[in-house]
Amino acid sequence: MKFKAEVKVMLKPSVLDPQGAALERALRSMGRRNVDSVRVGKLIELVLEADGAAAAEALAAAWADELLANPVMEKYSCVVAPL
Amino acid sequence: MTSPRTAVVVFPGSNCDRDNVRSWRAVTGLEAELVWHKETSLPDYDLIIVPGGFSFGDYLRCGAIARFSPVMSEVARLAARGSLVLGICNGFQILTEARLLPGALTRNRDLKYICKDVTLRVENASSAFTSRYAPGQVLRIPVSHGEGGWSASLRELKELQDQNRVVFRYCAPDGSVSPQDAPNGSLDNIAGVLNERGNVMGLMPHPERLAEEILGGVDGRGVFLSLLEAASGGLKR
Repeated sequence: MKFKAEVKVMLKPSVLDPQGAALERALRSMGRRNVDSVRVGKLIELVLEADGAAAAEALAAAWADELLANPVMEKYSCVVAPL
Repeated sequence: MTSPRTAVVVFPGSNCDRDNVRSWRAVTGLEAELVWHKETSLPDYDLIIVPGGFSFGDYLRCGAIARFSPVMSEVARLAARGSLVLGICNGFQILTEARLLPGALTRNRDLKYICKDVTLRVENASSAFTSRYAPGQVLRIPVSHGEGGWSASLRELKELQDQNRVVFRYCAPDGSVSPQDAPNGSLDNIAGVLNERGNVMGLMPHPERLAEEILGGVDGRGVFLSLLEAASGGLKR
């Protein structure tokens, strides 16, 4: 079966995110005073072959551990759906 | 003393590989071999330089793809054997991605690519990479990077500090260290670190760009001279 996996990669909260900080300042300077914090991450879409949703998610997570995210500075989450 | 056998690894997108060969030759009078990243078996080099550049276009994260190149298994094997491994700039990023060095390099604090001379303080002058410098010596060396902010957990940072594995810190020209002296926002102003065994070092600044008078300065020479001494058997590891 084919699945689509979305892997969301974010910098850990403890890691400085200058892009997020710049966007936060931009929103404030646009007068959007409700903004509290902004963090910027990556969304990676994969199409993969697996026996079931659980297997697809396990694969996506394994690939995230291996390559897609750097556990030293990032955390990730995976969402899987059949295609 | 035997002449150390030296290699400079070349990835698609490396752009400081030849500079390192040239500086190694200019400083030590010895040759260095260029090694393509697809190599699966290397001779037992005494010294491997992983050079700067933009391996694989810096896609995903700097160094994230290069670390899976076939040659990196050999670099890891030689590091485990005790050979010296020096990662400069993108080379440093690759070695952290490969977990041969601690921490990670993240986007510069001010989001800008920085290409300028910075001043560095030698924090550990007893390593294989820095023995020819004096402790606390201030060097002027260029940086050229967009992702050079070194980051790690506080536990890892403390371990590095306690084990004297911080080799260089960004400093003011008078040698004092405060956060604004780190152009990229590096944690604890860290510019270069050692692995636990002391035979792998990474740094963001480019010693090979300031190793001959014709380049405008020679503050980078000490790295190559230290390596020559260590790789020739002058230092016990």
